[in-house]
Amino acid sequence: MSEERKIRVLVAKPGLDGHDRGAKVIARAFRDAGFEVIYTGLRQTPEMIVSAAIQEDVDAIGLSCLSGAHMYLFPRIVELLRERGADDVVVFGGGTIPDEDIATLKEAGIAEIFTPGTSTSVAIDYVRTHIRQRA
Amino acid sequence: MEIIERIRQRDVRAIARLMSLVENNAPEATAALKELYSITGQAFIVGITGPPGSGKSTLTDQLTKEFRRGGKTVGIIAVDPTSPFTGGAILADRIRMQQHSLDAGVFIRSMATRGHLGGLAKATGDVVNVLDAAGKEVILVETVGVGQDEVEVVKTADTCVVVTVPGLGDDIQAIKAGILEIADIFVVNKADREGADKTVTEIQTMMGLGPGRSDWVPPILKTVATQGQGIAELAEGILAHRAHLDRRGLRQMRQRERSRALFLELLQEQGTRRLLERASANGTLEQTIERIATRETDPYSAVEELLAKAGL
Amino acid sequence: MTDDRKEIGKIKEAAKAWEAEVLDPALERSPERAREFRTVSGHPIRRLYTPADLADFDYTRDLGFPGLSPFTRGVYPSMYRGRLWTMRMFAGHGTPEETNQRFRYLLAQGQTGLSVAFDLPTLMGYDSDHPMSRGEVGKCGVAVDSLADMEILFDGIPLQDVTTSMTINSPAAVLWAMYLAVCEKQGVPYDRIGGTLQNDILKEFIAQKEYVFPLEPSMRLVVDTILFGARHLPRWHPVSISGYHIREAGSTAIQELAFTVADGMAYVEATMKAGLNVDAFAPRLSFFFNVHNDFFEEIAKFRAARRVWAKLMRERYGARDPRSWLLRTHAQTAGCALTAQQPYNNVVRVSIQALAAILGGVQSLHTNALDETLALPTQDAATIALRTQQIIAHETGVTHTIDPVGGSYFVESLTREVEEEVWNYLHKIDDLGGMVRAVEQGFPQKEIVDASYRYQQTVEAGEEVVVGVNRFVAEAEEPVSLLRIDPEQIAKQQVERIHRLKGGRDNGGVQKALDGLRRAAEGEDPWGQDLLMPRILEAVRAYATLGEIMGVFREAWGEYVEPAIL
Ligand code: B12
Ligand SMILES: Nc1nc2c(ncn2[C@@H]2O[C@H](COP(=O)(O)OP(=O)(O)OP(=O)(O)O)[C@@H](O)[C@H]2O)c(=O)[nH]1
Ligand SMILES: [Mg+2]
Repeated sequence: MSEERKIRVLVAKPGLDGHDRGAKVIARAFRDAGFEVIYTGLRQTPEMIVSAAIQEDVDAIGLSCLSGAHMYLFPRIVELLRERGADDVVVFGGGTIPDEDIATLKEAGIAEIFTPGTSTSVAIDYVRTHIRQRA
Repeated sequence: MEIIERIRQRDVRAIARLMSLVENNAPEATAALKELYSITGQAFIVGITGPPGSGKSTLTDQLTKEFRRGGKTVGIIAVDPTSPFTGGAILADRIRMQQHSLDAGVFIRSMATRGHLGGLAKATGDVVNVLDAAGKEVILVETVGVGQDEVEVVKTADTCVVVTVPGLGDDIQAIKAGILEIADIFVVNKADREGADKTVTEIQTMMGLGPGRSDWVPPILKTVATQGQGIAELAEGILAHRAHLDRRGLRQMRQRERSRALFLELLQEQGTRRLLERASANGTLEQTIERIATRETDPYSAVEELLAKAGL
Repeated sequence: MTDDRKEIGKIKEAAKAWEAEVLDPALERSPERAREFRTVSGHPIRRLYTPADLADFDYTRDLGFPGLSPFTRGVYPSMYRGRLWTMRMFAGHGTPEETNQRFRYLLAQGQTGLSVAFDLPTLMGYDSDHPMSRGEVGKCGVAVDSLADMEILFDGIPLQDVTTSMTINSPAAVLWAMYLAVCEKQGVPYDRIGGTLQNDILKEFIAQKEYVFPLEPSMRLVVDTILFGARHLPRWHPVSISGYHIREAGSTAIQELAFTVADGMAYVEATMKAGLNVDAFAPRLSFFFNVHNDFFEEIAKFRAARRVWAKLMRERYGARDPRSWLLRTHAQTAGCALTAQQPYNNVVRVSIQALAAILGGVQSLHTNALDETLALPTQDAATIALRTQQIIAHETGVTHTIDPVGGSYFVESLTREVEEEVWNYLHKIDDLGGMVRAVEQGFPQKEIVDASYRYQQTVEAGEEVVVGVNRFVAEAEEPVSLLRIDPEQIAKQQVERIHRLKGGRDNGGVQKALDGLRRAAEGEDPWGQDLLMPRILEAVRAYATLGEIMGVFREAWGEYVEPAIL
């Protein structure tokens, strides 16, 4: 008799970027959508994010980056998840990301990118429909 | 079961996954908990409770550092509240503990209360057992921190650390009732702030007023968690309490208490569930309720009747 | 007075009559567009303002004259009739060489002040070769690792003739020391060096999040620079007390102003506590505010700001020198008001915001470029932004008279309401034990996240219209071309330079300087008047890197972890 499964999402800020307004808006919107949101704060290395994601057994990682370092940081996180056999965790993200980078990021395994002006309901719907319901 | 083997081998993914199964009340979880139960009971469990923002997470982080220095592996469970309106939660205690995120000897798990009262999640006890089975030597359990009625941790922990801060004023009075009895150690954190000594005196006075306790007098320790001050003393205090429990055989007693509580809880939950399932499957439940409503029978006899039918 | 009161009574009566006979029937026929009207910050706005809204208004007390307390009409006697504001554009990216080129170009265009944007590793006090710097070197600003980089950055730029503003906070003292060392090499005496350090650490904890050390040592560094400046650099602004970032993090206009003023009060109090007379440093404090979309609210904010600060400095801190009472401010148009959708609309937004800043009486202005939602601006886009200011200055005529909106029933009422609400916040912060304590308890942070989330919700509900985002959306859009910066390439150059530097310098000398600095940092009584600045200067002159110097402080003071406030 299992209860309704909660969606668990890690909202993470990789790198030195301190722009946290968007991440906080997203985290709060996710909470209001009934998700359990783990927030690890600023200045996380890809290793720290992946380790937290695994211990917390999250369904997805939502990365937020506005400093322009996404081309290094986002793929690195996917790579580390793969190394640790955790590539069933969906990785998506948002922030200051030029359109022309999106294809490369998707090739690297980032499932979706949300750019400025995104409505939080769009991100919530995305999570609801794309997160595999595990266990 | 594969998952059992992986947990015995301290596989982080398997531990984490089993915790989710436990939290979600999945059938596989019960199966796994059954198998793991025999190897639990090894860990030393420390509860950390106190008002919101008093520094529980920072203390947990610092204690972890201290225990790691002493070569002990550490498991952490940090509980935050689920929003009663949306069912969602923001779990952010971990922010203060991220320095340990890459240490293989530390496992941190955030839990939402999911509507459970008392400062912990319903599954916290089972998650403690998973960490215990996975070989964590010290398990730190940080309660929600809403300030009231957070006494359930006493059912889970060997040692309860109650955290306060200077300048809470009346709040100290407000929380004293339940909290005073569960404290094995008091911490006055943020001792860099004005009024720490006054708070210490207040607690002393309150303890003097309380019922006389066993031969363990809870020490009152001052800490500045953000600067690591007083942490070594706190760790020592925890170990001293543990030694005291061992000396008196109290630890086994507490464990027995916990076993009793767990058993009774499960029995109550499952016994009731089974009875109800059976009664509703064959329609007896609704019929009985109808008969009670129409005054054909009374609820007291109806219960006796139902139990008798189940052979009780 | 009695005449006034009679007059107001007459107006009130006339207003009642107007409502009954003219307005109500009109509303009957066609109701208004909304039940209530609010500023973008949520402040309620009434239908019409009349002298009745300013019943106890006192011209000399509330407005006065330009250059006279309470400075509502402006800080200078002739305002823009005398001198236009400084058009100071924030710039910098890539290597010091690249940014040096850009500075030279800007100066050639007639710009007289420079404003340096540093990259994130520099802002956080890490060298380009630190693991955390990966992917970020030169991306958001220029990379500066040591005095060697600073020498290149200002190569060929005569530092006695330009003023330089540096957006730098936790490592402000170190970057300032590097700048001063370059001046020394150019032979410019300290008393001729002009410029501004942002160096406003409290708003880092609140909004910009470039904190490194815990609150107390962070405050210590700020006070250290104020004391050093007061002693040696009479033309330097050691702190630019900034509301810009607070607003960008999502605050309302009133919160922006209240928290900024409260930050300023904390610096004043800490410096006075260190033994300096208020008039010895207050005239060198400057401010930096946001200019957002809501035209009149912004104008009112600037006017109220001057009034509040003047009162505080005179009454609370007992400043005697009128220059201590002045709130002089730089402003920047709101980055968060720009949209990625239909980016050309941003030019219009920036124009209107810039106009509000000028009508609000600012001393210096940065206008954002249309393409800034997705990257640092291209040169072309930045030029349009500069031209926007020049058009306002030279074509619109708004500079011909001082405080042209003064006396508007609406603007005066709004100015007064903003001021009142700011005082309410300031009282609350006093109750919390001052701004340092309030920040420690997360009070301003919580107010801001709440406001930011509320704003997001009103936009998503369509209550707040954002053209091109939730109304008047375009089907397909041509992307604008963006400035591309490759951080890997820049990092390679910077890392090589660090290696060369460390190989070629007198490492014994560096160690000695760093040891001295460590002892000073660990010292208990900071204001035995043995300042950190001279020791930082020593380390910088020996070519210790930014990361090495900040590393000493990190070890001595530890690092701040912020409370989770969501
Ligand atoms: C606000 C802002 C600031 C504030 C930040 C306040 C804060 N605490 O967040 C302040 C003023 C402090 C600031 C400072 C700086 N900034 Co700034 N800033 C902005 C600005 C104007 C808006 C960002 C914002 O908050 N928007 C509102 C929020 C709600 O939107 P958002 O973050 O985009 O999030 C939405 C989506 O992107 C998406 N999303 C974002 N993250 C995620 C995550 C997930 C999981 C999902 C699903 C969705 C999602 O959903 C959100 C909701 O719609 C942008 C430009 C712009 N207009 O976008 C520049 C910008 C990001 N900043 C920039 C720079 C350079 C800086 C500085 C480095 C400047 C300097 N040299 O000193 C500093 C560094 C600060 C730091 N510590 O990192 C550059 C970055 C350039 C680049 N990437 O190449 C930009 C693009 C401006 C520019 N062109 O110069 N900044
Ligand atoms: N001055 C001072 N601040 C402290 C001390 N310990 C913790 N803090 C600060 O207090 C705030 C709250 O600390 P946490 O550790 O998150 O407190 P908590 O009890 O876990 O909070 P909740 O989980 O939200 O109930 C943070 O800003 C800490 O930096 C201390 O000893 N002195
Ligand atoms: Mg906590």
